[in-house]
Amino acid sequence: MNVVRFMVENRTQLVEQTLEHLWLVGVSTVFAMLIGIPLGIVIAHRPRLNKPVLASVNIIQTIPGLALFAFLLPVRWLGARADRLAILALALYALLPIIRNTYTGICGVDPAVLEAGRGMGLTQSQLLFQVELPLAVSVILSGVRVAVVISVGLATIAAAIGAGGLGEFIFRGLSMVDNRVILAGAIPAAILALLADVGVGWLERHLRTR
Amino acid sequence: MKASSPVCWADMPGDRATPAIEFRDVSFRVENTQVLCGFNLQVARGETLVLLGRSGSGKTTTLKLVNRLVAPTSGEIRVNGRPNDGVEVTRLRRGIGYVIQDSGLFPHFTVEKNVGLVPKIEGWPQDRIQARVQELLHLVGLPPEISTRYPRQLSGGQRQRVGVARALAADPEILLMDEPFGALDPLTRDDLQREFLLLQRRLHKTVVFVTHDLREALRVGSRIALMEAGKLVTVLTPEEFVKSSDPWAAAYVRAFGDGLDWAARRGAS
Repeated sequence: MNVVRFMVENRTQLVEQTLEHLWLVGVSTVFAMLIGIPLGIVIAHRPRLNKPVLASVNIIQTIPGLALFAFLLPVRWLGARADRLAILALALYALLPIIRNTYTGICGVDPAVLEAGRGMGLTQSQLLFQVELPLAVSVILSGVRVAVVISVGLATIAAAIGAGGLGEFIFRGLSMVDNRVILAGAIPAAILALLADVGVGWLERHLRTR
Repeated sequence: MKASSPVCWADMPGDRATPAIEFRDVSFRVENTQVLCGFNLQVARGETLVLLGRSGSGKTTTLKLVNRLVAPTSGEIRVNGRPNDGVEVTRLRRGIGYVIQDSGLFPHFTVEKNVGLVPKIEGWPQDRIQARVQELLHLVGLPPEISTRYPRQLSGGQRQRVGVARALAADPEILLMDEPFGALDPLTRDDLQREFLLLQRRLHKTVVFVTHDLREALRVGSRIALMEAGKLVTVLTPEEFVKSSDPWAAAYVRAFGDGLDWAARRGAS
């Protein structure tokens, strides 16, 4: 197999790019969770905010990936380092599934349960941390799962602006018109996406509480 | 000195003369709907007051006014002689047990955690919580091994019993029950009503009990407050109720048929 031989010959580069890829996806997902989960909670509690917030993240989602990278390139602090820019762009794309699922998960908590909790004298934060979040956790995580899988695919484009990752092989292969090189980037990316899907899915099942 | 009402000498919790709960000219409206209008009622210490009325008559709203899940548009609600908006709302609620129709148990907590939640957030030590949970399960007629189960593993009657145990956890003086047995089959409901009466004979809590079921009202209530369209029609004992000439009360008795004499002789069984 030509592809396998090529991958073995270039294994140091392959490992390096895979790690870069994971780093881009991991850091951007963490940022997206840090922003998206609290935002999802806020819009679930204040219905007036949900339309504007969800509309804005929807609009971000409609911008083509390559275009978003190009848009962000002139921003001074970001443009200076390609990986920062890539992380920001990936985090922006990951926001939609995370915010939407957090919102759906929190809104899906049985109102009778919430009312009982309120009637028992739980404070807002006790209700959130003891009742709403534990009951919404599996829905929130399935949003994270979608976000991670999308990011793994999207992060291949980051190579176009020089942020590294498995996209390097893909873009190099495209310009060389060499399928082996394209596949050397595409196959590991596909495997990463599958592993991420299975991994977060496992977490989801083990944290499910109802 | 804090400004006080003319009956300030009686404003001591536990004083027999002070009603446990008092509604003073309470009204409540949402947007353009008058849910409750000029409502006056006193609930005596240790009695079971039933709020009886059809759907939409304002019973549940009245109940929620007591623990401030609903705030009145005008008027005042006093709990143990003190306006209930004078204390911190979470403290007020922890001192009032609350039981609702589909029990509202936390599906991700075991029975033990459900029952022990209020004691836990009140900072009780773990061994005292455990002892209290066992005591309460025994009190509501559940076997001790049930404490590790989740609500979905229980029958409707068991869930409702756990709901009652949870409401009693921190030993509140007042218990609010919103159609607690409404979703149960007739035989289970009958069991729970009987056990409720036995329990109440031992504990002497002040209970406000919402129902639309006249039989239940006659059976568990020491007094029945009949509501219609957001107004209090009349307050009667069960014996008075079945003989009442009040048109609304009479309509209720008629709707439930003639075989209600047994209900007036409640407790004989």
